[in-house]
Amino acid sequence: MGSTASLPTFKDGTYRDDFSFKNSPETVVRAPFPFDKDEYMYAVNMELHKDGRKGTAYEEPIDMDEHYLAEMRDRALVLDEDPLRCQSLPHMEMAGWDTLELLMECKAASFPEAFSLERDGDQWHWINRPMGIDQHFTFGDATTLPYGPLEYITRQAQGDFVVLDERDGNLWMDAGMVTTQADWSLDFDIGMNFFEWHAPVPLAHEKGIFQRALKYLLAVQQSNPARRLNWTMTVNPRLDTSPENYHQWGPENTHITPENVADKLFLRIELQSFWRLPRSNAILFPIRCYLLSMRDLSTVPKWATRMHRVLKSLPPELSSYKGLDNFREIAIDWLSEYDDGSPTTPGPFPD
Amino acid sequence: MSSIRYAEFKSRPYYGVLEPASALEHLIVAEGEGAHAVMELVAKAPAGFTSQATLLYAEGPYSPDNGNTEALRELGFARFHTSATAAAAVPRLEGALERLKMSTEVYLTGSESALSIFVKACTDAGLDYQGLQTEHRGSLARRVQCVHCKGITENVTTQPATCAHCGLLLLVRDHYSRRIGAFQGVNINAEDPSDIPAKEEMFR
Ligand code: HEM
Repeated sequence: MGSTASLPTFKDGTYRDDFSFKNSPETVVRAPFPFDKDEYMYAVNMELHKDGRKGTAYEEPIDMDEHYLAEMRDRALVLDEDPLRCQSLPHMEMAGWDTLELLMECKAASFPEAFSLERDGDQWHWINRPMGIDQHFTFGDATTLPYGPLEYITRQAQGDFVVLDERDGNLWMDAGMVTTQADWSLDFDIGMNFFEWHAPVPLAHEKGIFQRALKYLLAVQQSNPARRLNWTMTVNPRLDTSPENYHQWGPENTHITPENVADKLFLRIELQSFWRLPRSNAILFPIRCYLLSMRDLSTVPKWATRMHRVLKSLPPELSSYKGLDNFREIAIDWLSEYDDGSPTTPGPFPD
Repeated sequence: MSSIRYAEFKSRPYYGVLEPASALEHLIVAEGEGAHAVMELVAKAPAGFTSQATLLYAEGPYSPDNGNTEALRELGFARFHTSATAAAAVPRLEGALERLKMSTEVYLTGSESALSIFVKACTDAGLDYQGLQTEHRGSLARRVQCVHCKGITENVTTQPATCAHCGLLLLVRDHYSRRIGAFQGVNINAEDPSDIPAKEEMFR
């Protein structure tokens, strides 16, 4: 971190209808591949969010890639149809301003050709060149922005954002912008605590994972953001797999065949990070989604091999909870071509 | 709360057994079979308890002629109001919560649906749910919010259940929102709408 990253060339592409989303080869190899060994089980897989490896999604504290504009267009479409995807309980206004500050500062520091922030007391000037935005506003005064601070800045940042209030030794999901979720509802979960919103997750409660994860999270300080990875699989490059619209996209789960699996089935990776916010003491939780088709994976032999082994050995509870049962066998068959049985090298990165 | 029931998933509300608190005043809200929890509460309480207490009693969906209302009236509550159903009791409950003194203990009892409605009214009024006493009595019928159309269907006893608003067939998930006062319903046959699973009585 510190040094600036090169600006990607933004691509068109859609996450709905004709699904014209496509990764360039550079975007495939920079993805935060979630498996560091050949099998997968829930764990407290948290680490400090620092020392970003060059040329990867970890390079900058808040990543941006070639799909930035396409993803922001998709978010705007989701919000037009369902404004409840962005909500903030009344006591979360300050945390919204904290979020705006953090994201503007990070973006301007990492990608100065694209973003700039000038601050003169509470008079701020924000420029987002890729989106053609030039905004003067008063920090702390929501009437000087077209949306509340959380919605304003998260309409300009890839990934979902949940803002957690800390009370009674717990974290409470009291605000968020959620349009690229793996099948969960902010509108339903808002106001819940850490254990409550995780209620539907199998096995992890019994293993004590959530107790330990919460402890780790409560210890996150401003100076030491943390991160973890999560994953699932999605049919078609659809960012908005919401429960709200499940009755519309659900049928696609049955559309995978041996002929189309390579290009129609995607590994969906979530790079989740945890940031303590300075004024509100809230925690910001960005959830950045990366989509890799099975064909994308096959361009990195180690990843295709890993994916094959992880899917083969995945506990049935996890397969069912993640919604993979319709197509898991088809994916395993297709990926088996990339697994000659020899050992993989340690760690998640390509050889 | 002295015992914990029905806590088989983490967002599921905990219900206990009502115990007399050493508060200056008491606000008791009961529905249907909750009448018996109130009678047991009063039996455990020191003399003079009911003269410091307000009781709002929702007789149940069908104003049953089971003598509960008369039995409660005889306990001598300082203030005693009846209503037909839990939902109909809410405006009066909201009024009582507006006037609530700091030193008042709140007790809620009745069916799962009624408790959802009462707890939501209390938390909407700014009370911390952890300070509320609750005891489940009567039906386990659930309030279910359809995640698709957001409508709430009352008195759901089957799995799956039909959304009373948009008509989708819903799986009642083991996920509960106190803010909404309802369980989550998600379309059960989205992947294949022609597959129509039979309904089973699950929540009685
Ligand atoms: C504080 C920020 C966090 C938020 C807002 C959050 C939110 C969520 C939500 C909404 C779900 C989906 C639950 C459902 O099915 O409805 C989920 C799943 C999950 N969460 Fe979290 N989470 C957070 C932190 C963590 C941490 C620190 C861990 C560490 C172990 C964790 C582990 C998991 C796991 C294992 C799942 C199941 C994922 C799967 O199998 O796809 N979460 N989380």
